[in-house]
Amino acid sequence: MGQVRAPKPSALMSPAPASTRTSATPAAAQHAGSTMTGAEAVVRSLEAAGATDVFGLPGGTILPTYDPLMDSKVLRHILVRHEQGAGHAAEGYAHATGRPGVCIATSGPGATNLVTPIADANMDSIPLVAITGQVGASMIGTDAFQEADIVGITQPITKHNVLVTDPNEIPKAIAEAFYIATHGRPGPVLVDIAKSAQQQSMTFNWPERIELPGFNAGARPHAKTVQEAARLLATARRPVLYVGGGVIRAGASDGLRKLTDLSGAAVVTTLMARGALPDSHPQHLGMPGMHGTVSAVAALQKADLVVALGARFDDRVTGKLESFAPHATIVHADIDPAEIGKNRAVDVPIVGDLKDVFAALVPALEVEHERHGRPDLEAWWAQLDDWRETYGLGYTPTDDGHSSPQHVIQRLGEIAGPDTIFTAGVGQHQMWASQFIRYQRPNTWINSGGLGTMGFAVPAAMGAKVGEPDRTVWAIDGDGCFQMTNQELVTCAINEIPIKVAIINNSSLGMVRQWQTLFYDSRYSNTDLHTGHGTRRIPDFVKLAEAMGCAGLRCETDGDVDATIKRAMEIDDQPVVVDFTVSRDAMVWPMVAAGTSNDEIQYARGIAPEWDRSEEEA
Amino acid sequence: MTTHTLSVLVENKPGVLARVAGLFSRRAFNIHSLAVGQTEHPEISRITVVVDVDELPLEQVTKQLNKLVHVLKIVELERDKSVQRDLILVKVRADARQRADILQIVDLFRAHVVDVATDSLVIEAVGAPEKLGALLAALQPHDVREIVQSGTVAIGRGARSITERAFERVSA
Repeated sequence: MGQVRAPKPSALMSPAPASTRTSATPAAAQHAGSTMTGAEAVVRSLEAAGATDVFGLPGGTILPTYDPLMDSKVLRHILVRHEQGAGHAAEGYAHATGRPGVCIATSGPGATNLVTPIADANMDSIPLVAITGQVGASMIGTDAFQEADIVGITQPITKHNVLVTDPNEIPKAIAEAFYIATHGRPGPVLVDIAKSAQQQSMTFNWPERIELPGFNAGARPHAKTVQEAARLLATARRPVLYVGGGVIRAGASDGLRKLTDLSGAAVVTTLMARGALPDSHPQHLGMPGMHGTVSAVAALQKADLVVALGARFDDRVTGKLESFAPHATIVHADIDPAEIGKNRAVDVPIVGDLKDVFAALVPALEVEHERHGRPDLEAWWAQLDDWRETYGLGYTPTDDGHSSPQHVIQRLGEIAGPDTIFTAGVGQHQMWASQFIRYQRPNTWINSGGLGTMGFAVPAAMGAKVGEPDRTVWAIDGDGCFQMTNQELVTCAINEIPIKVAIINNSSLGMVRQWQTLFYDSRYSNTDLHTGHGTRRIPDFVKLAEAMGCAGLRCETDGDVDATIKRAMEIDDQPVVVDFTVSRDAMVWPMVAAGTSNDEIQYARGIAPEWDRSEEEA
Repeated sequence: MTTHTLSVLVENKPGVLARVAGLFSRRAFNIHSLAVGQTEHPEISRITVVVDVDELPLEQVTKQLNKLVHVLKIVELERDKSVQRDLILVKVRADARQRADILQIVDLFRAHVVDVATDSLVIEAVGAPEKLGALLAALQPHDVREIVQSGTVAIGRGARSITERAFERVSA
């Protein structure tokens, strides 16, 4: 018989099936052994799991649960206007706080409206628990009213999901959902509960232990590979730490800081990792990838060692995979063994929680320094600094006389300050917000990276503000994105969740328009939204904001940007929407065109960095 | 591309087969055959999957399978260190003139006749896929009316049991 052929790197991880004592909360203990309805058990279970804020919208099959929910002293339920908003709000909440987000919806369309946020949370590893009502057990499979097989639909986009038809299984299902969502690589878990199970009587018992024999909650990093990684870091001449969102999910920024300082390596933070290391850190080169800085992209391309930390070699980072970091030895540390070697062959795999990885790697590197001395990285940094100086992040204002979106976003970052949480939708505004705001701490940059979900910003900002009520939360949104989910501003106004929204209004689906400019001969097929300068402004975002109970401001020139931002910062008793009407011709640069090599990065349209000169000096 | 036989031990829970099969199709892996049934422990089911896939993507699919909460263990069974069997049922038109010929083939392949009618036979054969292929080729000149084939089931040679440790985990 063939040996147990577990995945190769898993030879390096001790499989530890989950069997963990749950924290017996007072709420759970108080109700142990009580007879109650399944619906009440849902509420008691959410309380026992530690949830305090839930986002949802009731309907037929979840109605039983909404009745005891009304009396909960622990759970604050925020009634959204669309279930997608509940899902993204729960994501924003989880992103900002590190605690799992919870959303609730009814069966059928309620549940299918959660599909986008669930897929989003799956791509970006966000701990999310979705509770959905399902038609009564006897009706399942009959195409009953508002029936949808949401467990089947979400199977490929959840970390796990389950249908519950026996009311006695509700506490266990919810306890496991929270456990799975938050352990190992975080992700979304859906619990679909038949209406009949909510209505029936049951005996409440919060499980004392989580027994999931097939679930691997994570492994300790293997000492041997950690040591090898340390040796490589101590001896490399052109090392780069390629930092992904996993560092933020793991809450491992302190460890990253230590490794950065000790190693002297260059650091790049991906779109999901902005804020993992302060942008002010001298070794920080910014974001790599399609719209990354020239220095970050070049550093990876010329590196002799790339240490990937909670990153997944996404195509938006690597460009054409075959030519990504062609000279580099690869160390890859991740909590998910399936990420290791998925896209890029790895020389040194480390499976484990990044907190543990840093805790092991930093002292191991100190030992290596004693052995080899500190590496001489002077030539590498001379090269990197040259790229940084020559090809720094910047923009050229367009000549149409309108505001520059980059200027608006840069000033927003500077005036709102580093304690502010920023969320974004998807597109040009998202890239500029990632590029031109200086992030100084983790969990201050919340965006949809993997799935690229337009409309993420407003509901995610709502969730972030609920989770972090004392922080200023700015949603940086596009005029396209904003029109997808702005209805949640009604939720914000009514529930006193005073978020601030900056619409970077270029009157178009800007990123698509940019590609049309570059690759489709400036033929603007279906990207004009008629919301900006010289249009009929449909909708008028200021009026729309006011109609939704928010303050509405408009800013049309660079000269008014600061004053408008300050005015918006002063309003904290209601949500604020600022319509920044900006030039539609501004483009996101630098850019690596999709499917091409990172070596072909363009600093601005038609302008490529002079690699040859740089190489001679290196 | 090479053929690999995987034994996937799973908790006997609703939907687990769909999860496993879905993962293969989602990651664009071609399933050759799939068989599922209970093991000596009713809590554990065993799925035998035969896939056509290169070494590296196989490693990826194994890792992805391992992430499914109800998957307990995955073992690749190598051909020379395991017994791999398919079951096939073949319905052949066989009147008095052809019957002797067909029965001779059945005999040669150590197959069995499990149903006899005046003008037809149902042949049952168990074996490695190559043997069953040869049987079908031998029957080709005759009028084969219907074929049904099981997925491959496979078990390792020697004393070791792959379910033992998985069972310990489930019953812990």
